[in-house]
Amino acid sequence: MKNYLKREDDFEKRRQHLAALSDEELNERFWELLEKTVDPMLDMARTHTTPSIERSVLLRMGFSSIEAKPLVQMAIDRELISKGVGHLVYKVSKEENIPVRQAGLEMLEGMHWDDLKF
Amino acid sequence: MKNYEINEKLDIKDILSDIENYRPRRRGWTWRKKIENLEMGGHTYHDCSEPLKNSIGIPSAVQYFDNLDPQPDAVITTEIASGRFEDDIRRMRMSAWHGADHIMVIRTAGQSHYDGLIEGTPQGIGGIPVTRKQVRCHRKALDFIEDEVGRPINYHSYVSGVAGPEIAVMFAEEGVNGAHQDPQYNVLYRNINMVRSFVDAAESKKVMAWADMAQIDGAHNANATAREAWKVMPELMVQHGINCMFSYKAGMKKENICLSTVPPSAAPLPCTKYDLPYAVALRDFFKGYRMRAQQNTKYITSSSREATVTHVLNMMISKLTSADIQSTITPDEGRNVPWHMYNIEACDTAKQTMVALDGLLEMVELKDSGYLKEEIRELKERAVLYLEELLDQGGYFEAVEKGFFVDSGKYPERHGDGIGRKIDGGIGAGTVYKRDIDYMAPVTAHFGYNNVAQYDEKAVDDPARLIDGCTLEKPDKIIFIDELDSEDNVANRMKEAEKYRNSNFVKPEVEWLADGTVVVEIFLPTDKRTAEFAALEIAGKMNIKNPEVIHIEVLHPSEGTRLQVKGKVDIDVDITKLKMPAEPVVLNDDELWEAIEKRPMKVVAATIGSDEHSVGLREIIDIKHGGIEKWGIEVEYLGTSCPVEKLVDAAIETNAEAILASTIISHDEVHYQNMKKIHDLCVEKGIRDKVNIVCGGTQVSNEMAVKTGVDAGFGRGTKGKHVATFLVTHRK
Repeated sequence: MKNYLKREDDFEKRRQHLAALSDEELNERFWELLEKTVDPMLDMARTHTTPSIERSVLLRMGFSSIEAKPLVQMAIDRELISKGVGHLVYKVSKEENIPVRQAGLEMLEGMHWDDLKF
Repeated sequence: MKNYEINEKLDIKDILSDIENYRPRRRGWTWRKKIENLEMGGHTYHDCSEPLKNSIGIPSAVQYFDNLDPQPDAVITTEIASGRFEDDIRRMRMSAWHGADHIMVIRTAGQSHYDGLIEGTPQGIGGIPVTRKQVRCHRKALDFIEDEVGRPINYHSYVSGVAGPEIAVMFAEEGVNGAHQDPQYNVLYRNINMVRSFVDAAESKKVMAWADMAQIDGAHNANATAREAWKVMPELMVQHGINCMFSYKAGMKKENICLSTVPPSAAPLPCTKYDLPYAVALRDFFKGYRMRAQQNTKYITSSSREATVTHVLNMMISKLTSADIQSTITPDEGRNVPWHMYNIEACDTAKQTMVALDGLLEMVELKDSGYLKEEIRELKERAVLYLEELLDQGGYFEAVEKGFFVDSGKYPERHGDGIGRKIDGGIGAGTVYKRDIDYMAPVTAHFGYNNVAQYDEKAVDDPARLIDGCTLEKPDKIIFIDELDSEDNVANRMKEAEKYRNSNFVKPEVEWLADGTVVVEIFLPTDKRTAEFAALEIAGKMNIKNPEVIHIEVLHPSEGTRLQVKGKVDIDVDITKLKMPAEPVVLNDDELWEAIEKRPMKVVAATIGSDEHSVGLREIIDIKHGGIEKWGIEVEYLGTSCPVEKLVDAAIETNAEAILASTIISHDEVHYQNMKKIHDLCVEKGIRDKVNIVCGGTQVSNEMAVKTGVDAGFGRGTKGKHVATFLVTHRK
């Protein structure tokens, strides 16, 4: 068994501190608690990235799904995803003075990775 | 794409042609435009929206009210799920004509776990693999369909699974108008890592917000999953709340955030006692957000009748509270992947119910005391207590780990049977990476930390400026992939059914062109088990291949069983070889007036036999219903239950040119027997060559009537002008 909590309905006992709240106050409490619930997750989302997010960035930069997937994997393999994979392509394009799309396609061929310095 | 006429089928080849260059003509969700006190057909509607240019009303509208088709104020959803996008398009067009303006395309089973975008046009199971090409074809077809019906149509699918942000971007690029997005769905039902799901969700929601898409959450799944669904109500409010707050703080407008809410219970439970307080409590808490009212599917069975009643009862809750989007579950969902006709039935059920209940809250109001008020308060308190304990446990992730969610106990009661997931477990675990201080993404609608300033301070508010615009500003940068699979694609599928595509051959169909599927209704005077096997044998003898009992209902343990059997027939019809009688000509008002003025006409009319129905015949006669009196035909009306002898005698006495007989009761073919009696009596009395005998009724066919010896038979849908035309053009 999963050993999750089992409990009789103790609503009457548990609700005592809510009993005096007006409907409006109860409503406010609901939304305050929700804000507290989601804030840490939003913070995590602000400061982290994932392969899917990076692929979605590459799509927006004009790469196809079948190009975005290996590019992101190559960045993960080289421990560079934390820079942003779109960033890597942009940096190559800027440093090599070539179009963004050309930069990405050449990186798919294995080029430029070793020159990326942060 | 060419401009199609109403009586012309859409050509899939035309939709596919030049699809690589198609661009959506608008973005964002469209709500219906409510019209205060809409006047239509001589009636005033309180809760209706702009009428359509082209539509088909409910059956009674078509038969009795000249296709009066008021459109409720809620957006109406239809779910499309055949698995072949090319067949979905036909269903979209039919649904739109019946009032759907939210086309929700279900994804193929397993797409949630597909790590990336799927491309091309592969076939799906229970829905399509949502790909750029298929989405683009659908949106292109809907552009035409929305012009045809005269109302914007929202196209919708799913932004979930491990590729949410990519799908969100593709949807934004392709002009998709709405999507399901709720990280809790990934976590609880798809076992996708919870951290990954929430980090991805923030990006997806930011992109959806940019595209002004409406979002629907996934909370209703808790209702469908919990053992005792009505007990999960406090948790449902919490789940809605988490997704609403997360979405709002990720940048979505409240009015684009829709709660997918389902009345949690159903008959034989006293369901309104659960469902109504819950619906009110939810709307109290979530003011400013939108309600997408979904039907209860937890207790759906294979009975389409029962599913329809549940749908209607659920819409009563919608009308007593509110619904911005009224969903429709097809009444065959409990036994099939939905079939065309059930999508249409469900749309019609929604339209019929919501129009029937138009103005309800002008007349009744919910009580502000007693059971309802107490229940509402209790539900809200239970939801607040749920959140308090969730935070005490360390927050959402920890609570999920401890099996907090989808427990069948009514919180704070706990049964210990919830769905638990590990913070570091599930699909995609370990794929969340901390952004470095110089992390950067040069694109629009990117959520969170983005160090653009390291390259250009001026691009901080417009990161895509670094690359001279991303695909969201410059769609020409989108790379379109046509097909990746040389076998599984639309071109090959179209070859299979080529004989039937826009040709002169027709074959029965329920979801795919020429699938040959039919359903047979059977009653057998025996017990359930015997009936089941006998029905399969009967279907086999009818040459129905692969018969399968899809519904069985005991009417009595020994006296009888009702069944529905589906199967396939390999029969088609060449429509150029059909023997169809010419469509009857109907004279116009002037022609009818002129004919009767030149030569007046008198007729006798009655409902014959032991039949008390008078409405149908009155409709044919009365001037106010557009009956034959309108053009000056003099009618001697003898009433109902008129003996045949009396009717024929009256014709002789008044020197009538015609006898009009109405007969509704068709039991044991009594209607045709009575027609033969009139004919025989007229022959006997020597007047048959002087009078026309015209018979009508809902179960009358002209062909069968004429066989009994009378001159004409008129069935369902007949109007006075049809009978008058016959009388004028067939004078003896």
